[in-house]
Amino acid sequence: MTSITDAPQNPLPFDARPRRTPTGHAIRWLRTNLFASVTSSIISVLLIALLAKAFISLVQWGYWNAIWIVSGNQTGPCRSIRGLGACWAVIPEKYRFILFGTYPFNEQWRPALVCLIFIALFWVSSRRNWWRKELVLVWAAALVLIGVLMWGGVFGLSYVSQDRWGGLPVTLILATFGLALGFPLGIVVALGRRSKLPAIRSLCVLYVELIRGVSLISLLFMASVMFPLFLPDGVNIDKLLRAQIAFILYAGAYLAEVIRGGLQAIPRGQHDAADALGLTYWKKNGLIILPQAIRHVIPPLVNTFIAFFKDTSLVLIIGIFDLLTTAKTSIIDPAWQQFSVEVYVFVGLIYFVFCFAMSRYSRQLEAQSRPG
Amino acid sequence: MTTSTPELPRRRRMHLRLNRQQINGLVWQIVVVAIAVAIVGWLWSNALHNLSVRRISTGFAFLGREAGMPIADSWLAYSPRDPYARAFIVGIVNTLRVAVIGIVLATVLGTLIGIARLSSNWLLSRLAAVYVEVHRDVPLLLQLLFWYVLMQGLPAARAAWKPIEGVFLSNRGLVLPSVPIETANLWVIAAVLAGLSALYLLRRQLVARQMADGKARPLWPYALALLVCLPALVSFGLGASWTITLPELRGFNFVGGLTLAPEYFALLIALVTYTSAFIAEIVRSGIQAVPKGQWDAANALGLRRSFVLKRIVLPQALRVIIPPMTSQYLNLTKNSSLAVAVGYQDVVSIANTTLNQTGQAIEAIALIMAVFLTISLGISLFMNWYNARIALVER
Repeated sequence: MTSITDAPQNPLPFDARPRRTPTGHAIRWLRTNLFASVTSSIISVLLIALLAKAFISLVQWGYWNAIWIVSGNQTGPCRSIRGLGACWAVIPEKYRFILFGTYPFNEQWRPALVCLIFIALFWVSSRRNWWRKELVLVWAAALVLIGVLMWGGVFGLSYVSQDRWGGLPVTLILATFGLALGFPLGIVVALGRRSKLPAIRSLCVLYVELIRGVSLISLLFMASVMFPLFLPDGVNIDKLLRAQIAFILYAGAYLAEVIRGGLQAIPRGQHDAADALGLTYWKKNGLIILPQAIRHVIPPLVNTFIAFFKDTSLVLIIGIFDLLTTAKTSIIDPAWQQFSVEVYVFVGLIYFVFCFAMSRYSRQLEAQSRPG
Repeated sequence: MTTSTPELPRRRRMHLRLNRQQINGLVWQIVVVAIAVAIVGWLWSNALHNLSVRRISTGFAFLGREAGMPIADSWLAYSPRDPYARAFIVGIVNTLRVAVIGIVLATVLGTLIGIARLSSNWLLSRLAAVYVEVHRDVPLLLQLLFWYVLMQGLPAARAAWKPIEGVFLSNRGLVLPSVPIETANLWVIAAVLAGLSALYLLRRQLVARQMADGKARPLWPYALALLVCLPALVSFGLGASWTITLPELRGFNFVGGLTLAPEYFALLIALVTYTSAFIAEIVRSGIQAVPKGQWDAANALGLRRSFVLKRIVLPQALRVIIPPMTSQYLNLTKNSSLAVAVGYQDVVSIANTTLNQTGQAIEAIALIMAVFLTISLGISLFMNWYNARIALVER
């Protein structure tokens, strides 16, 4: 037909447009992405104005008017610019306490090293080509090393009891041990929930639904108040360990649900084939079903890890010195009391870096596993 | 007559004949249940022993005793001389107050941000992405403390910010204009609700009739009659007064108007902004899950854009959106117990105080669990009903 040749005429003939040159490219980009239509243009202009205003006041507060260092506890100059500029001087003054809590000052290289070991451990476990059985050994060795460094008492390291632990290492310990021990628990419970045996199935359902039904705070309260009631006389479990147990139980329930989703995605034929080979229940699940199921749910698993990492901050409410609690405590000092915003921004950045790295990683995995 | 003959082989099959697998299963179950029962029994006997040592009597009798606990922010009449049961009810109302309003606001904000993320405007979608990322990657408790500190850093009541006439923002919280709550006003609100439900039924009828004969019938005249004229009539008939009381600064505090305490306001902002980031992601992925062919097909039919969105894309997106949305609502409700951290007295905070005062740990925790399980169940039931309504009907 003839109409095809005189297809919609562009108001600006394509060849007349400035191309190739960088400015031409920029103009084209602006036209398609910011000023495609009247509404879009209005939105863009409004947003640019708003952003410029916000940016200017942020720079004024956070950089231009900010005070970076004061001598000792002389916070007078900081107080005089309150509301106009940030007092970043609080960070160099308090960062040791925020990061490591009341850990003996001269020994604080140990928790610092522990944090580095944790980060290295996460990095190693995130590499796909290193997902082998040996990784379990690496984990076991790293966790033992962390225990040695934190407690000390051997190899000439002085002993430091858990009461003095605090800050970032505690957050990392709660999160990592919670996940490392909650994960096998979650696998067992997920398998139990799909089991054909009614008693086991209902026990698992009861466990998962009870834990998911109450908030983590109630669970932590239970760990801090009710747990001692349930133990025989004379047995006393440390507060940190009680919170850790609560976290393991909590992680187990949530991870079980994620893993169950993966189990449900495995086609029936895989079970049948494994049965036909005469594999036992544990061999069938360990060798055939679980490896596939877990691979299916890696992105939601990482999302659960992120949520869990953030949730460790709730121990603030039962008075365990994790990163958020040390941050909150560091500004009890009357001289620095008014500068909590700065401290929260600092701590928020630390949390953000960890969570952002994980969420980036999850997205990357998702992109890799997408078919085609 | 002939019915007795087939009975025989069936009875023979009833003989206990288990194969190895079934015996295995039975043994496993017995072992696991026995271990579970033993652990629970051991913990329980320890608890009973410890309670008797500490002379704490179990049971809910303490609920009738005088609480002696001040509650600053309550919608119900309450004094420290009231019993614990009353304090708990105040706490439940406070929890619901945060949860319900938070869910509504988070849904609205989250939907807007989710749509903004899909905008063809680069700046808008980038900004929405940054919002989502920042809120999702910082712990809620930290955000809550941050908002609370900002709230405390606001000027005192005398120098309160006044963005609009009658609205004050100060370190006493947010003060809004309010209307008096009288019986006549309540009747008008009842009329609006009745009008809404009548409109809903009417709409169903109209849709059914349109299905039958294909003729579209306008709904707006009915809406006007039911939602505007009916409440107006009731209002005139009962003589309801709608004079808005503007809050006024007298001395150091505000008189009149509706005050949102800084604790409540900070908690609400934190919950809404945090949850809306998750809801935005759910809405975005829900809309993206609708295949592009659906848009193309609808456009090919020459349908209007708003119609396509309302009748073709959204119903399909909702199917993907509703289940994860339910769990976000549950999360928001459970997260509302972070109120303890800023001193807003929700049910968990009150149970915690009770526990410290009376030592009734088991009962207090059981009450928290009961309240949260009930709320969770309520939200789940409602969302499941809604989900079933919009679910794909296979024909």
